Amino acid sequence: MANVVLDVSDVNKTFGGLQALSHINLQIEEGKTHAVIGPNGAGKSTLLNVCVGRLAPDTGAVMFDGVNLTGMDPYDINQLGVARVFQTPEIFLDLTLIQNVEIAALAKRDGAFHFRPFRLMYKEKALTEEAEHMLEDVGLYRLKDEHTGNLSRGDKRRLELAMCLVQHPRLLLLDEPTAGMSRHDTNRTIDLLKRIKERGMTKVIIEHDMHVVFSLADKISVLAQGAIIAEGAPDEIRGNPKVQEAYLGGAHV
Amino acid sequence: MASLTAFQPSTPKRDAIIMAVFAAVVLTAPIWLTPIGASYPDLLQRFAIFGIFAIGFNILFGLTGYLSFGHAAFLGVGSYAAVWMFKLLTMNVLVAIAFGVLVTALFSIVIGYVCLRRSGIYFSILTLAFAQMSYNMAYSVLTPITNGETALILETADPRIIDRALLGDAKEALPSPSLFGLELTGYAAFYFCAVVLILAFWVSLRIFRSPFGLKLLAIKSNQNRMIYTGYNTRPYLLVAFVISGMYAGLAGSLMAITDPLAGAERMQWTASGEVVLMTILGGAGTLIGPLLGAGIIKYFENIFSAVGKTQLSELFAFLPDGLNEALVGLMSLFVGEGWHLTLGVLFMLVVIFLPGGLMEGIKRLTDWAKSRRQGGETVGDGAAHQPSE
Repeated sequence: MANVVLDVSDVNKTFGGLQALSHINLQIEEGKTHAVIGPNGAGKSTLLNVCVGRLAPDTGAVMFDGVNLTGMDPYDINQLGVARVFQTPEIFLDLTLIQNVEIAALAKRDGAFHFRPFRLMYKEKALTEEAEHMLEDVGLYRLKDEHTGNLSRGDKRRLELAMCLVQHPRLLLLDEPTAGMSRHDTNRTIDLLKRIKERGMTKVIIEHDMHVVFSLADKISVLAQGAIIAEGAPDEIRGNPKVQEAYLGGAHV
Repeated sequence: MASLTAFQPSTPKRDAIIMAVFAAVVLTAPIWLTPIGASYPDLLQRFAIFGIFAIGFNILFGLTGYLSFGHAAFLGVGSYAAVWMFKLLTMNVLVAIAFGVLVTALFSIVIGYVCLRRSGIYFSILTLAFAQMSYNMAYSVLTPITNGETALILETADPRIIDRALLGDAKEALPSPSLFGLELTGYAAFYFCAVVLILAFWVSLRIFRSPFGLKLLAIKSNQNRMIYTGYNTRPYLLVAFVISGMYAGLAGSLMAITDPLAGAERMQWTASGEVVLMTILGGAGTLIGPLLGAGIIKYFENIFSAVGKTQLSELFAFLPDGLNEALVGLMSLFVGEGWHLTLGVLFMLVVIFLPGGLMEGIKRLTDWAKSRRQGGETVGDGAAHQPSE
């Protein structure tokens, strides 16, 4: 069995009386794309929030490469090599695309806090070049000096992805990376994610769109009412009657 | 939106030109300010000092978006610290400035550490509360240090340890602040403040062009993204807060140099509000804007407020009597004691029509001129301008 990068063991989380996550166990193997699917309110986003330190689990632990992430600050988790793409694109408006990516690259290079007020941004040639390559990679190079406020939703997402990728994370968490995208944009994003996969980056994807899930995932976990009800390769999941029941109310996938 | 407050990548050449032009404009101010009656040392010093104050305030507010309503406290602390150096050690201004800035730095670390636990309006209220607390303490329990209502002043009997040791027993008269023997009064004091202003502007320019400055702008834009991108934003904000506090301390020390006394009224909330107005009026987040705002507000306070009915009647003397009187009556609401009204109207117009401050107005004009020269090929974007936070 391959090396486990992210190990979620027996995580519970309740909000008020609601059991958002109950006894979640999840092992993400190195280099694999692991999809988490499930109906609305199943606890998918909560699970992701627990992984990046936005929420602390009530019980249980999240281990990343042997380090316990429970109770750690989000920026420290990022510095360990966990990057996250949000459901609604979180980027720096008012700045240009290239600056957005440069900031992400600076975080990787300089760490969580670094104070050198007399360095000059226009002398950071290597950094700018790296950021330009990254933008080229996601197909946004021609817009590099534009302000991000003018971007389409699909482009914003691709920019956010570029900001994560420039940090060369060991684990990439994607929260519905194609939500609200046109079919054309969705396919472009799928192609991009496939290319990343070839580089051996480990990914966790939360997704509604079955087309995306079955094109990308090596393994799928199905979440319903806070619990994992099925786990396996895409073909096994497709044929699993329990999944069809929970996810689609009996209709065919 | 091609925001004014966006990070400007710039080039070494462009920055060198900016610095050269800036230095030239500041050093020749006594000449080009003569036609508008603002060319006397006392006011010129005030332009420079409040310019420094506003530049520093802009590093916090313009770059990070954290609006402090308590910066006057740092101004006051800088003044008190500088006057104490005059009293205890020496009349040399460099010692006073160094001590003033150091004390404000320590003071702002404490206040910043507490206030930055919150953001937005709560941060503003916390800073306001701290400043008011400092103001009231200066009047009451801290009287031994601040001399309360009388204000801290120089006395002939002050120890001035270093001066007495070097120069022997002082004369009967009160000494003036000096720079290695050069007495800083009148134009000498202005040129000293002008050089400090140029240095302060240079530091601010470097911060604006640095990765540090870019990160501060990114915090203003989306703090959440910063945290998930791997930045611990709290120390960044604290450093920005302390730098901006040190600028205020520097301005406060310079006030004590040009007029060697320190009173608590410098810490009042109106003074904190004034620097907010200066920054927004000129253009928060721009390099030059806050300076422009500081100049305009100080000009109004000192020149416009001195205009009276007589000057107005002279100005409109060519009109028939009835009309003259009516016009003078109307206009006199806006001058003299009423200068606040003029300033208020100007401020409202700027905030409503030029949310980016006067610098936005200047940019729109240059964009318009450029697009005309290029024959309709527009340079500026058509997108609506949004107020920068």
